[in-house]
Amino acid sequence: MDVSIRSVSKEFDGYPALHDVSLDIRSGELIALLGPSGSGKTTLLRLIAGLERPTAGAIFFGDEDASHRTVQERNVGFVFQHYALFRHMTVAENIGFGLKVRPAANRPSKREIRRRASELLDLVQLSGLEDRYPSQLSGGQRQRVALARALAIEPRVLLLDEPFGALDAQVRRELRRWLREIHDRTGHTTVFVTHDQEEALELADRVVVMSRGRIEQVGSADDVYDRPNSPFVFGFIGDSSVLPVRVENGKLWLQDRFIGIEVRDVPDGPASLYFRPHDVELLDGGGGCIAGTVTASRRVAGTRRVELEVGGARERVEIELPVDHPEAANSRISFRPRRWKLFPASGGTAALSATDDGSAGKADEAELMLAASL
Amino acid sequence: MTTLVAAQGWHFRKPSVIPGFGLTLGFTVAYLTLIILIPLSGVAWRSMELGWAEFWAIATDERTVRALRISFGASLIAAMVNVVFGTLVAWVLVRYRFPGRRIVDAAVDLPFALPTAVAGISLASIYAPNGWVGQLLAPLGIKVAFTPLGIVIALIFIGLPFVVRTVQPLLEDMDREVEEAAATLGASRFQTICRVILPGIAPAVLTGFALAFARAVGEYGSVIFIAGNIPYVSEIAPLLIVIRLEEFNYAGATAIAAIMLVISFAMLFAINLIQAWSRRRFGYVG
Amino acid sequence: MSVDTLTGMPRPAAARPAAAHSFRRPTTEGPLAKAILITIALGFLALFLVLPLIAVFIEAFRKGAGEFLAALGEPDTLAAIRLTLTVAAIAVPLNLVFGVAAAWAIAKFEFKGKAFLTTLIDLPFSVSPVISGLVYVLLFGTGSVLGTWLKAHGIEILFAVPGIVLATVFVTFPFVARELIPLMQDQGTGDEEAALSLGASGWQTFRYVTLPNIKWGLLYGVLLCNARAMGEFGAVSVVSGHIRGLTNTMPLHVEILYNEYNFVAAFAVSTLLASLALVTLVFKSFLEYRYGDEIAATAKH
Repeated sequence: MDVSIRSVSKEFDGYPALHDVSLDIRSGELIALLGPSGSGKTTLLRLIAGLERPTAGAIFFGDEDASHRTVQERNVGFVFQHYALFRHMTVAENIGFGLKVRPAANRPSKREIRRRASELLDLVQLSGLEDRYPSQLSGGQRQRVALARALAIEPRVLLLDEPFGALDAQVRRELRRWLREIHDRTGHTTVFVTHDQEEALELADRVVVMSRGRIEQVGSADDVYDRPNSPFVFGFIGDSSVLPVRVENGKLWLQDRFIGIEVRDVPDGPASLYFRPHDVELLDGGGGCIAGTVTASRRVAGTRRVELEVGGARERVEIELPVDHPEAANSRISFRPRRWKLFPASGGTAALSATDDGSAGKADEAELMLAASL
Repeated sequence: MTTLVAAQGWHFRKPSVIPGFGLTLGFTVAYLTLIILIPLSGVAWRSMELGWAEFWAIATDERTVRALRISFGASLIAAMVNVVFGTLVAWVLVRYRFPGRRIVDAAVDLPFALPTAVAGISLASIYAPNGWVGQLLAPLGIKVAFTPLGIVIALIFIGLPFVVRTVQPLLEDMDREVEEAAATLGASRFQTICRVILPGIAPAVLTGFALAFARAVGEYGSVIFIAGNIPYVSEIAPLLIVIRLEEFNYAGATAIAAIMLVISFAMLFAINLIQAWSRRRFGYVG
Repeated sequence: MSVDTLTGMPRPAAARPAAAHSFRRPTTEGPLAKAILITIALGFLALFLVLPLIAVFIEAFRKGAGEFLAALGEPDTLAAIRLTLTVAAIAVPLNLVFGVAAAWAIAKFEFKGKAFLTTLIDLPFSVSPVISGLVYVLLFGTGSVLGTWLKAHGIEILFAVPGIVLATVFVTFPFVARELIPLMQDQGTGDEEAALSLGASGWQTFRYVTLPNIKWGLLYGVLLCNARAMGEFGAVSVVSGHIRGLTNTMPLHVEILYNEYNFVAAFAVSTLLASLALVTLVFKSFLEYRYGDEIAATAKH
């Protein structure tokens, strides 16, 4: 089932939670709504479910305008953050609930409901727990029951609100893989909300990055990581370093120093240079690079993170070096980002220029591949 | 028996750096024993002195049986009424916002705070044939004051807060997500209330019922003014105890008291069972 | 590089205002159902709670303020008021001390039989007030060993003030302890351990650490205890002997006046007790509203 969100806005008591959001979700897709808290991702999910009414805009399920449909009529499977299992019902009764409350005309028989519940329990790998109560299950098991319950009504769309938020890291990783498997097997159009970028990037076909009630970017994990289209996305997904620079005649300057990066079709003036700390090449100093004094050096897992003070204004940036890199011991380091992105210095979000647009980027990519093959 | 408890407590308590255990527990147990346990055990002792035949004679005396039946019957009806309206009041107070809600919420405790004698004479005057409500009901042929119906009215009054105050916290803690989950699964609002919310609060409602019932059975002050106190018709068991005492018939009073105590303790036990069962099965207590 | 669906999206049905139909949250009822339920609930409360309260005041002033004041000024009434205050002044502090001691032992320590002890403390709540009085009649009445011995030594318990105090202590026994036990259990022993590690004595720890933590809960319990102590009828009625001017508390005096068909006087004395109830409720609500977190939210009665 395609889901189409068209210019939807939502206000809570005058406080805007979503501004004019539009999004097309393709049938069978697994989509992540990713953003910090307060970005409106859960509100968007609840609007799709019909748990909230949009202040403006419409939501289409296929060709049908679902905006007027009540939550009961929408037939969506919703998995709540804290599972919301019915405490006084057994696992089987929980899963069968959606079938049991159907009007008599299309309600399956008791036996059939029981059979379907067992089937779904097999699917979520909890066979044999039919007669347990939710209080007798672990967090991960409750999560699976909640999913089975949502699947029981053969939903048109499956919606999950922070599905792994309340679980510990180990169970989270397991359930993540498992959810992907279930999705591939059942083929439901699935939307899930998360604030964990690792979860979103690993699990989803496409990631919707949200911030302050707006969609910042929609794309595959590669898109949002390699080609972020706003400073927010660049900063929110993965590590990033920023330097304030100046554009003059297509060259980037850090104070009075040309840093070896050239851009085309960018007006002169101040700008922000974004790059990934690990995606830099070290140089021998001299011209055409960024040089800085090492102020701190920390070992973080498999890499060494070096903090530099750069230029007269002592801007701080971080870069990552291989642990055994000889330069890491020096007190001054010169480097240049391999890939980077230039955004206007203040206010604007549209990218001014990036490595992949120019030939330099292609060269860098070739270099990267070379490094990988060595 | 109690000294045994204290002795065990002393020996088997977990070590702690906090002082005052011996002093406070000793005082607690001594005070409890003097004020509550010794006097209460007097009832058991006196009953045993009676001998089984005499005890049975008093217990099966027509007037005793009638009084007990009236006490328990009226309490049962009142507690059932309170279950319905108490749950409704708790629901309205928790779920809806309306002007004066806070005051209404506070007013629910009035039966706890208002002395029973005051409630008794006030209810009697309202439901008397020439009272505010009584004169409305009189033309319909309904007599409330000085009939068993009056007893039920008084018991509804004193039992109401028990149900409201037991159900209220559970409703407050109830997760809205659960109701939303029911809705996304296709349940209408009515189905959600009947199949999800009400069964969910059932342990609390049951506890509230038991508390209201237990309190009603022993109630004296608010009932005697409105009941009319006609032997065999509207005479409650606690009143019969008082009457036997006034006749200096200690044996009679003790036997009735013993029966009531046994039933009260059975109620207390039942309440604990409900709560233990609910905790074990659902992971929460009503 | 692919263009985002978001930016280049076609919009066939341009954003139209969402639905003029009425949307109801899935977690609430329709306005009509709401109105009906509120009306039934409030109607029930008005009939069963508010009406009796109003009736007390109206009946008391039925024959004007003069009669009302005259009824209150009677010597027997004044004696009843004095006795009620005296009884409360003895019973409440006794149960206060007991409540604090019991809560300290039960909440701050782990020991065998704790659950049983807690059940015993609640016992008076499940005993009929009449039986609470009866137990003292059996203990001190004629025919009991203790009663005979005390009589021989000229000590009157039954049908005298000590009996009334004892019966009152019995019925108000659990109030303070009940409020404090859950509250102090919630607070744990961390604060006390900290104070002790800093060199405070046991008493100092209680005085400067524990007491400030429980003061509102304590006040709450005392408030409820006092309301019950002044209003108790059944238990006191059994042990008092109803001697006018001597062993009549206010509730008992109300009964006597009522049975003498002196309704105005009965209701006049009742207004005092009803006012006490109202003050208790206001004070109690204020404590719940203002210090709700510092009063155990679990036990409300």
